[in-house]
Amino acid sequence: MSVRPPYRRVRKMATMSVVKKFFGPRAPADAPPDERIRYRLPAMLLATAAVLLLISIFLPYWKMTLMAPQYPGGLSVQVYVNQMTGDVAEIDGLNHYIGMRPLGEAAQLERSMSIAAITMLSLLLLAAIFINTKWVTLLVLPALLMPFVFLADMYFWMRNFGLNLDPTAPLSSSIEPFVPPILGEGLVGQFRTIAEFQIGLYMAFLASFIIIVALYFHRRAFKPLVEKMEAGAA
Amino acid sequence: MALNNRNFGRTKAIVAFLLVLLLAVGLFASCRDQQEPGSEQLEESGISSDLAAIAEARGLTPDDVSAALKTYTPSGTHDEYILFASGGHAGQVYAIGVPSMRILKQIAVFTPEPWQGYGYGAKGSMEVLAGGYVNEDLPLTWGDTHHPALSETGGEYDGDWLFINDKANARVAVIDLRDFETKQIVKNPISLSDHGGTFSTPDTEWVIEGGQYAAPLGWSYSSIENYRDDYRGMITLWKFDREAGRIRPEESFAMELPPYWQDLCDAGKLVSDGWIFCNSFNTEMATGGVEKGEPAFESGASQRDMDYLHVINLDRAVEVAAAGNTTEVNGFPVISLDTALEEELLYFVPEPKSPHGVDVTPGGEYLVISGKLDPHTTVFSFEKIMAAIEAGDYEPDEYGVPVLNFDSVMETQVELGLGPLHTQFDDKGYAYTSLFLDSAVARWSLGGPYADLNDDPDWTLVQKTPVHYNVGHLVAAEGDTVSPDGNYLVSMNKWAVDRFANVGPLLPQNFQLIDIANPGATMQLLYDMPIPDGEPHYAQIIKADKLEPWEVYPEVGWDPITQSVSPHATAAGEERIERDGNNVEIWMTAVRSHFTPEHVEIRKGDHVTWHITNIERAYDATHGFTIPAYNINLSLEPGETETIEFEATHDGVFSYYCTEFCSALHLEMTGYLFIEPDDSQAFSESD
Repeated sequence: MSVRPPYRRVRKMATMSVVKKFFGPRAPADAPPDERIRYRLPAMLLATAAVLLLISIFLPYWKMTLMAPQYPGGLSVQVYVNQMTGDVAEIDGLNHYIGMRPLGEAAQLERSMSIAAITMLSLLLLAAIFINTKWVTLLVLPALLMPFVFLADMYFWMRNFGLNLDPTAPLSSSIEPFVPPILGEGLVGQFRTIAEFQIGLYMAFLASFIIIVALYFHRRAFKPLVEKMEAGAA
Repeated sequence: MALNNRNFGRTKAIVAFLLVLLLAVGLFASCRDQQEPGSEQLEESGISSDLAAIAEARGLTPDDVSAALKTYTPSGTHDEYILFASGGHAGQVYAIGVPSMRILKQIAVFTPEPWQGYGYGAKGSMEVLAGGYVNEDLPLTWGDTHHPALSETGGEYDGDWLFINDKANARVAVIDLRDFETKQIVKNPISLSDHGGTFSTPDTEWVIEGGQYAAPLGWSYSSIENYRDDYRGMITLWKFDREAGRIRPEESFAMELPPYWQDLCDAGKLVSDGWIFCNSFNTEMATGGVEKGEPAFESGASQRDMDYLHVINLDRAVEVAAAGNTTEVNGFPVISLDTALEEELLYFVPEPKSPHGVDVTPGGEYLVISGKLDPHTTVFSFEKIMAAIEAGDYEPDEYGVPVLNFDSVMETQVELGLGPLHTQFDDKGYAYTSLFLDSAVARWSLGGPYADLNDDPDWTLVQKTPVHYNVGHLVAAEGDTVSPDGNYLVSMNKWAVDRFANVGPLLPQNFQLIDIANPGATMQLLYDMPIPDGEPHYAQIIKADKLEPWEVYPEVGWDPITQSVSPHATAAGEERIERDGNNVEIWMTAVRSHFTPEHVEIRKGDHVTWHITNIERAYDATHGFTIPAYNINLSLEPGETETIEFEATHDGVFSYYCTEFCSALHLEMTGYLFIEPDDSQAFSESD
């Protein structure tokens, strides 16, 4: 791996290096105070998105509530990026009647990597603050997609579990394989299922939205500078 | 949400219904003077003709309708109070909701009870029961529960523990209100008869067990000729260790008393904290023998106009016992009567004829005593008793016990009616006394610091309401604490006679709920509740929100006796059967809807130790477990681990199964215990 030359040296180089092409021009240090916000806003938004993602690690992303007559308070499972809480044991106990595998067997790899992965995404967002070219998109894209990947993975596992029921289970003859809805209501046996997004997922969506807004302001602030720099180099 | 809308709609409907009913009641009440509450009147009053028609069809009076409204508890709603009643000679305790009067639970205490798996193989409960056998070779399978006592903090029920005595065998049980199960039974080492228990001191440091029928102390023998010399009464002070939830017999002690028959006790509170009061009868020391021409006890014990209230200095007695100034009787420290007199622990106060209850007012200032053969109830002043003791205003009785002067310590007497027994209190300055012979409950006003709480003149009978019939104890909501609630009173009637459909010559007892919420002559009888199982004596009513029982045991593998995780807790996947010679040990799990293992193969003559863990965490997911022919039935509540131990004395194939209908596949929750014949027998049979 080559050592990145000090920034000052890059600026002093006569021709525009690849590194400079990547990082882009610096915001003018002599900008008037009311214009400084123009260059700082994208950085602040990206940092906010990173913080939102980091906080969301500790909050539930998704919840399913099962309502049945004999469970007046319902049963629920909350899904975090790295764990499941709530009535998991009871739901597993009920699921064994229809031959569904224990919930703990789902998404084991994803859950084991999730904290490291989200930390990485957040670090990439913070790193993106220092990139003043269109290449910023490359760094923020994983964080932008994160909630969608989460939902896609949830759906994959729900489908996988719902469609692969043990045919020798006690109630296998009365419950056909099914895919529970990832949002909204469903019905399994005497249970009404209600799937809802939770605060963590909403925060991740909010982070995605903020990233898009950040990209917009980023483009507004730095595109003219980049064009100026490219014109200067040429 | 659809659900909320539906609930809201239902709530609106209920509120509307109740408003209509309340309106109906108000209008009913305004028509009270008229002869019949016919539906015509109701309809004329503009009341829903449906409701009027229901009342008419069922023959309900306006009072009936208001009683129904005050007690009806819709499905899914809970009672405001819980009443803990003794189960009498059923040997158990009832938990009953007030005002609905629905039985919520029968707590097994002195009598084995299969639903709770109490005494049917579960080792913990077998040991609790065996701890109460007076003689190890004579199992006791019942008790005569009399007086439940909730644990107290600062004179208020705290909802943690419940104690109850067995009069028949002089025993005291400890019930843990986290799981409503009996954890300990202690037998009185010096007496075989108690009645003045259980009562709790204001912080439940001590549980009081007063005696009843005098006998030689230490379960020993002496001829009735020696009654005055060898027979003795007693009071036992059991030390309660709140942390461990156990009575500590090794830190407890008793006091020898003259051979009068001690009856009920009460602990002083607030100003009288540190003192205990027990009354007595048969100070005549009648010895019976009607068949020999002697006066029967019933007359021999009713000759004197006065018996003795025992006033005991608990604080000083504790010091004397701690100092070791005791005599060992049957291995138990007893403060002798001589020591009690030397140390000034015991005084007598003359009390009207053959009293039953001694009840301390909420502030501890007065003792209310009703001589059951005297139409008055007598109020003694604690302050005056202390002053008389200070002034030496007493004469010794036959045993040298100082007897205070009645007139110096008596505050007042209130004429209530015939056969007054027990008294409870409310928050409005009223006392309530049961009148056995009148079959009535009397409300009367207190004086002194309670005078301003109502408009009635002090120390006056306000109202007598008939009850059906022969009321013994009565109980008001938190009515023996330092801050009674009022609201409800339950009259615990010994006879029901015509109150219920005849079910043969053995009739249920009758608990009658009475509304005491409003002052003046407004008590209203609300509800009759049959108790078809033993004859309850005393009860206590606690605010339901003071109880915080567990929904399921805190962790899987819970031993309810130690209230900690059992060393035999078994998780799913850890099930196994191990054999060591003739000893077979089984670790089993139960979960809807199977036991693991489902096959257990042993041999005749094996000694079997069998641990079962209910690994469920769901509210109400209890499993049972029974083995045919071996008299085994367990209740395994969610998280509970139980152990059974038995000798495989009979071979065969035994289907064990879950005795609680746990799930749709409950019938499939079974397994086979195969007990092979032993070789020698198989050989001799084939020979």
